[in-house]
Amino acid sequence: MMDQLKNKNQLYSTTGLSETALKRRSFLKYAGASMALTAVVAVGCNDDDDFPGMDEGVYLGKGDVAILNYAYALEQLEAAFYTQVAASPYSGISDLEKILLTDIRDHEIAHREFFKAALQSSAITSLEVDFSSINFNSRESVLATAKAFEDLGVSAYNGAGQLIEKPENLLLAGKIVSVEARHAGLIRDLIQGGSFAGNDVVDSNGLDKSMSPTQVLTIAAPYIKTKLNARDLPTY
Amino acid sequence: MTDIEHVDLEFKERINPRRATIKAMNSFGAKVAFSALPLAVASLFKKAYGQTLPQQIVDVLNFALTLEYLEAAFYTKALNSGGLINDSGARAAITVIKTHEDEHVAFLKNALGSKAVGKPNFDFTAGGTFSDVFSNYDMFLAVANAFEDTGVRAYKGQAGNLMANDDILRYALNIHSVEARHASHIRQMRRSRGGAAASLKPWITGANDTGVSAVDPVYAGEDNKIQAEVDVTSFNGISGKISLQAATEAFDEPLTKEAVLQIASLFITS
Repeated sequence: MMDQLKNKNQLYSTTGLSETALKRRSFLKYAGASMALTAVVAVGCNDDDDFPGMDEGVYLGKGDVAILNYAYALEQLEAAFYTQVAASPYSGISDLEKILLTDIRDHEIAHREFFKAALQSSAITSLEVDFSSINFNSRESVLATAKAFEDLGVSAYNGAGQLIEKPENLLLAGKIVSVEARHAGLIRDLIQGGSFAGNDVVDSNGLDKSMSPTQVLTIAAPYIKTKLNARDLPTY
Repeated sequence: MTDIEHVDLEFKERINPRRATIKAMNSFGAKVAFSALPLAVASLFKKAYGQTLPQQIVDVLNFALTLEYLEAAFYTKALNSGGLINDSGARAAITVIKTHEDEHVAFLKNALGSKAVGKPNFDFTAGGTFSDVFSNYDMFLAVANAFEDTGVRAYKGQAGNLMANDDILRYALNIHSVEARHASHIRQMRRSRGGAAASLKPWITGANDTGVSAVDPVYAGEDNKIQAEVDVTSFNGISGKISLQAATEAFDEPLTKEAVLQIASLFITS
């Protein structure tokens, strides 16, 4: 039983959801989370406190530092992706696409380097990414991934806003999220003209999506090899 | 447990202490499709906070509502101006944007209830500055470009004033990013027209990159390269440092309420 649970713990901590993180919050708080998290919630219900490895992984910190490190992790992911896209463009890429995707690469690098500088000694290390599911030679694969990352980034910043404590950090997140939304609009239009704000992302009140850090890290997990320790990351 | 309940634990108390209402709310929630849910949330929201919203939040929401009235009326008039938007793809895109602005108006009015301000009267030529805005397609797109970028900057500037209410802050951020998606598309529409906008990008490069000097105030300060006291051009890029262009594009800047109202007042007659 111990071994089984230990394995589970390791499995789930790759999503950034360490066992401890879940235990420290009330189970009810997670009851409204999406179906994708059901299994995680179940692990969180376990009351055994003594797993080796529960504090493993790159620790994001707590409070605003954790939120900024969370953003830093997402920007690292995006920057690494577009760096590879620009270095090995997909076949049939147009000149305009090359210009715009290179611009996006530079924006994501600027975001990444900004968070690293702003966090100073609290910044997490460089993360190892896993892009094995992406075919960088295929326009379809690259743009589909770009769309997923940009829409995820928008909903991540939108959802994190209410967890930020300092107004100046909220403003910084606001300065970045609209640029991610500009990217998302472009990428979606490259895939299908006119889908910049499709009803798969904008609801019938004209509202974009927002996601909690827990939801976002679960979605991003397959692309991040480095284990994240999100036990003190604010979420809901 | 619904999302809104765990976001605001007091919500149940505020909405109605009687269990029957909660029960009705839950069964109602179960019946409506996800896409329709936020409107339901909005009406509950009004019930919950209606008259008790702090004045600071009422002020921000009314400010946002005024901008949304302006955008909604602008696109409505453009779509009704015969011969202005002829391409079917362009009509479809402008209709998507117009629909969102209408939805934002409805959503904000709903959240504000009786405290919602009325719709002003508009002059989209701004006293003649944009005299052909509804007969010259390029001029129409240029003004749309400025309105969308203003909207992005306006919401961004108010986020800090909404921190006392998680739900309202989140909704405002969810509108903010939709305005940015609109801006991205309008800018692409302009670029495809060539001419003065031939090198325009979905993001704002430097200060006023629109080629229309009359909208300079919309872009004041967008050329900022310093974030949290750090110079973004000091960072290493792929080949050399991050360029000044990229540094300004990577961060959208806020506008104060006063600056936005000054811009909006050019288009508001009464």
